[in-house]
Amino acid sequence: MNVVAKTETGRALGDAFASARDRLPGKGKIADQRRQAFEAYERSGLPHRRIEDWKYTDLRALMREVLPLAPAPDAAALGRAAAAAKLRAIDGVRRLVLVDGAFAPDLSDLGSLEKGLGIRPLREVLDAGDGALSAQAFATDISDPMIALNGAMATDGVVIEIADGAVLAQPLHIVHVASGTAPASMFTRSLLRLGRDTNVTLVESYLAGEGTKAYQAHDALIVAIGDNARFDHVRLVEDSIDAFNISSATISLGAHAHLNTFGLTSGGHVSRYQLTVTCAGEGSKVETNGVNLINGTQHADTTLFMDHAVPHCASREIFRAVVDDRAHSVFQGRIIVRPDAQKTDAKMMTRALLLSDDAEADNKPELEIFADDVTCGHGATTGALDESLLFYMRARGLPEKEAQALLIQAFVGEAIESIASDALREVAIATAQRWLEARA
Amino acid sequence: MSLLEVKDLKVRVEEREILHGLSLTVNPGEVHAIMGPNGSGKSTLSHVIAGKPGYEVTGGQILFRGEDLLEMEPNERAANGVFLAFQYPVEIPGVTTWNFLHAALNAQRKARGEDEISSPAFLKKVREVAKSLNIPQDMLKRGVNVGFSGGEKKRNEILQMALFEPAVCILDEMDSGLDIDALRIAADGVNALRSPERAMVVITHYQRLLNYIVPDFVHVMSKGRVVKSGGKELALELEESGYAQFEDAA
Ligand SMILES: Nc1ncnc2c1ncn2[C@@H]1O[C@H](COP(=O)(O)OP(=O)(O)O)[C@@H](O)[C@H]1O
Ligand SMILES: [Mg+2]
Repeated sequence: MNVVAKTETGRALGDAFASARDRLPGKGKIADQRRQAFEAYERSGLPHRRIEDWKYTDLRALMREVLPLAPAPDAAALGRAAAAAKLRAIDGVRRLVLVDGAFAPDLSDLGSLEKGLGIRPLREVLDAGDGALSAQAFATDISDPMIALNGAMATDGVVIEIADGAVLAQPLHIVHVASGTAPASMFTRSLLRLGRDTNVTLVESYLAGEGTKAYQAHDALIVAIGDNARFDHVRLVEDSIDAFNISSATISLGAHAHLNTFGLTSGGHVSRYQLTVTCAGEGSKVETNGVNLINGTQHADTTLFMDHAVPHCASREIFRAVVDDRAHSVFQGRIIVRPDAQKTDAKMMTRALLLSDDAEADNKPELEIFADDVTCGHGATTGALDESLLFYMRARGLPEKEAQALLIQAFVGEAIESIASDALREVAIATAQRWLEARA
Repeated sequence: MSLLEVKDLKVRVEEREILHGLSLTVNPGEVHAIMGPNGSGKSTLSHVIAGKPGYEVTGGQILFRGEDLLEMEPNERAANGVFLAFQYPVEIPGVTTWNFLHAALNAQRKARGEDEISSPAFLKKVREVAKSLNIPQDMLKRGVNVGFSGGEKKRNEILQMALFEPAVCILDEMDSGLDIDALRIAADGVNALRSPERAMVVITHYQRLLNYIVPDFVHVMSKGRVVKSGGKELALELEESGYAQFEDAA
């Protein structure tokens, strides 16, 4: 047997897992899976730069340890969470709130569900021993240590089922709020199952309650999109400036399904978002777009794995990073076109805008193509704001920061434009605007 | 008090002196033409007046209404009434002309302590000006100068000039790349803005423009200096004899 000397923090987490086990819902098979997942995590521990996928985001250096599990929120924490969620409320959506790793029914809209829509807390699904749903919620690959750790530690989340043919008029809004008073970690995991011919929009927001500073949010989202279904996804990360957000989304598409996902990260101290999209049904279409707006000493990593497994699918990625001060933006985009996936049309374009000499942006696009009849391409650029444009704008009376703001808006605009819903596009624009105003 | 006074201005770009002690005095209501061959430093002068980075002023001064212009940020100069119509207006993809003009006008007003202009009032104003310059509305919805022809870009500069109502307008080679019809429209736009309070400095290589915008004074620039000044007849003289005589003189 291979004996690995454990670090102090590794041992502490092992103890934490052992003692938290009773708090973790799911018996039998799920409990076994959790244990296996934890063992998988333990084999590597926190990922570091010698692990290829994590080379730009060395959690051993940046995060050092996984904090103990957050206690269940008390009334005061729920109150702060409610206030934070209200501040970022979006009109016309169905809000589902997770506070410190627990579903908060009192802050959530569970009334008058549309026909074909089912929503349950993950804990309830696991406690009820619903085998098929539980299995799907925990079916993620445990080869990535942080996704494995999430599988081991997830305390709650939401399980959403959309029956065949259901078209939801109202977007769903999962609000992740950290609201504790002591530094802690929260592990959540949510599952969305979209039947065939469905149409669903999901917004996710990451927020902190007033006074909540250092915390670690670990989330995993699993989405299965049925044949002919459409899924629109908008993800807004506005965590507290001391927070860590280590999350993943694993999305699969059936035949002729359509995914449009957009992510904007402006908050958090260190964030990593691992998005894995698999075109599993022919004729499916994927648009993944993202924006990082970061400054100070923020570190934001988006790592995309686009898997073309079957023929006749198209994917488009547009990623924009705006990096100020000493911040560090990372975009890794790997597109794999498997041998069967003929007629794949895959394109990826990433651009980074550096606003200071110390700002850093790493772009790592990778194409692995095993089919011969495909159209694939990628491009990446990194640069500063164009001085001649800035001067022109200033010569017309715009102060430097305002001129920069207009150019930055234009720069990120192409990614934000891709959001299909007018209302949600406005929400994303307003989020970007908050960042721009804060730096002015 | 003079509106704009350039006194013995010396300017370097990348270690090389381009302007070697240039002087120019402009009073309200006057139209000055600056003529000179390519490379004589006309655009350099206009850039330094507008505050473009990258120029090192090694001597002399520029006063605007008696104040040190060189101490002001480019946006402050604009808010105080200095306007440069660029020889090569830039394209700004993703920023609509409309938004840009609105933001710029409000920034200028704010800097002067005036109220912001409301959207409807702004709309009305821009529409009127655009119409007088033959600029179609849909051009204003596009990115600033994106996909504009050379003539359209120049007209867009005049549109901004009309909108901002500056005290001194510097027009750098407004005629370059314009055919005779486009030139006439642009010149009409400029002439409409002539007033007893406003001064213009019209920079051009050719005499042709001065048939449309008739100057009060003509200055000949060569190798970074004003080598001759006179009335409008000087432009005609130049048309016949060319710049060669001044190249030698400089
Ligand atoms: N950014 C620059 N770097 C180096 N040389 C420059 C720069 N701008 C202008 N020059 C030089 O300065 C001189 C004057 O240029 P310019 O002011 O553009 O003249 P004009 O507008 O009269 O044609 C030219 O010799 C030109 O090459
Ligand atoms: Mg020139």
